Amino acid sequence: MVENTWFRCSIAAAAVAFLAAVPLMVSAYTVSLLVSMLAYISLATAWAFFSGRTRYISLATAAFVGIGTYTVALLSDHLPLPMVLVIAPVVGFVVALGVGLATLRLSGVYFVIFTFGLAELIKQVVIWFEINQTKTLARYIFVNASGALIYELLLATAVVVLAGVWWLSRTPLGYALRVIGEDEMVARHAGIDTTRVKVLIFAATSAVMSLVGAILSLRYTYVDPNIGFNSLVSFQVLIMALLGGIGRLWGPAMGAIPLVLLFELLSGTFPHYFSIAVGLCFVVIVYYLPGGVMGLMDRWRARLRA
Amino acid sequence: MSDAPLLAVRGLRKSFGGLQAVRGFDLDVAAGAIVGLIGPNGSGKTTVLNLITGEIAADGGSVRLADQEMAGLPAFRICRSQIARTFQLVRILPGMTTRENVLIGRLFGADPAPLERARRDVDVLLDRVGLADRADQTGAQLTYIDQKRVELARALATRPRLLLLDEWLAGLNPTELQIGIALIRQVRDEGVTIIMIEHVMEAIRALCDHVVVMSAGALIAAGAPDAVLADPEVARVYLGDDDA
Repeated sequence: MVENTWFRCSIAAAAVAFLAAVPLMVSAYTVSLLVSMLAYISLATAWAFFSGRTRYISLATAAFVGIGTYTVALLSDHLPLPMVLVIAPVVGFVVALGVGLATLRLSGVYFVIFTFGLAELIKQVVIWFEINQTKTLARYIFVNASGALIYELLLATAVVVLAGVWWLSRTPLGYALRVIGEDEMVARHAGIDTTRVKVLIFAATSAVMSLVGAILSLRYTYVDPNIGFNSLVSFQVLIMALLGGIGRLWGPAMGAIPLVLLFELLSGTFPHYFSIAVGLCFVVIVYYLPGGVMGLMDRWRARLRA
Repeated sequence: MSDAPLLAVRGLRKSFGGLQAVRGFDLDVAAGAIVGLIGPNGSGKTTVLNLITGEIAADGGSVRLADQEMAGLPAFRICRSQIARTFQLVRILPGMTTRENVLIGRLFGADPAPLERARRDVDVLLDRVGLADRADQTGAQLTYIDQKRVELARALATRPRLLLLDEWLAGLNPTELQIGIALIRQVRDEGVTIIMIEHVMEAIRALCDHVVVMSAGALIAAGAPDAVLADPEVARVYLGDDDA
């Protein structure tokens, strides 16, 4: 058992080392594609850890990614980059804590609607602030970050997020999240402080989203509120998690990899019909792959055994 | 009943809009007793249970467990204060295994245990309620009585002093009913005080030391089961008024 664990850990370490070396071996375009994949792996994994388990469907991903992006846009001229990358998730965490305390007592559809509105709300506040206070609508980001650096930062984030989810799923807190998703009333009457669990994990996963948003913003030289708070991101992350399967560690990652490729292709080929394509993907996945790719693999495995 | 009661409910009130669901309800439950709470549908029994366990907030009144005030506490705190419950409509976690369904109580209840110990304790508990061989089945795969057993085991896993059963015996066939009655008796003999809402009079007679009858949100009779069930007023609220 212990040997097995060591074996697995060594394999994982070797895989991470290999992935870390990839930017040395491939073209800049491939690195940029891999950057998107790593970003969405972290976003979808974090999203699924909260929304997949508790079944409180959040459409606030874009809000927290945008908070990360704007933290960099506002602070990167004044503070060293490492410090900005620490501040961004803290801001995301604090905002999510407030939002969570205000809304996670709501259930189901009210929560979905509120989270969807949140990205728009923050965007409008930023627009108002920029126009009235700074008299400008866009900002330049002057940070000297290579594609390889962005890649390594996002790789580290993805590794930490996956390891964190793997570990938390095995703790009582992970169990508590699943019970909340199955039946919140049972959770309350079994002694689970449901509000605390929900708010804490919502805030923690939102902090991850803000960190990813902050790292991704290093790619941009220019950002405005429509780029920073692009609500399509919330839906893309949701679709990726659904495609992969939300209840499993690797599920969201399995959804993120093919869909980043697909969305890349679509946005290049049919830029004007992109949101229609995203919508179609969503419908197809919900109809034909209710348990995601991981669920499909389970069914195939069961059929092979039978 | 010379000692102070384990549970003392005083003047409990709750209205839903214009409907007074519970109006000035009093109840004393001695430690180690099984108290039956009966009454026609809509008389407020489940509301009383929801008020005691913090599922809904009372408009007024007090609920004291061993001199500790429960009214106003959230449900999870009341559970951790050693009041556990089952639900009128079985609430099983369909996607989780029997073991996981019960484990939650041991991990988060009145005496939270670390994961490994909780798993061991839960296996002992599953054996006690007759679910040892179904520990790895999911909740959705279980039969009705086994789902009821899971709910009971989950409630017991929280280590309650007081257990509230909401029609736990309803819907069981005659054989299952006898098994259920024996199980409840065993739980009491292990030191858990019980309040049971029940329509199965056979179970009330077999198990209860004391019965209270509710009608229209108020207590209308209380006493030993035989005396209460023979009370003409109780028969009238159950069966309707001949003179009406």
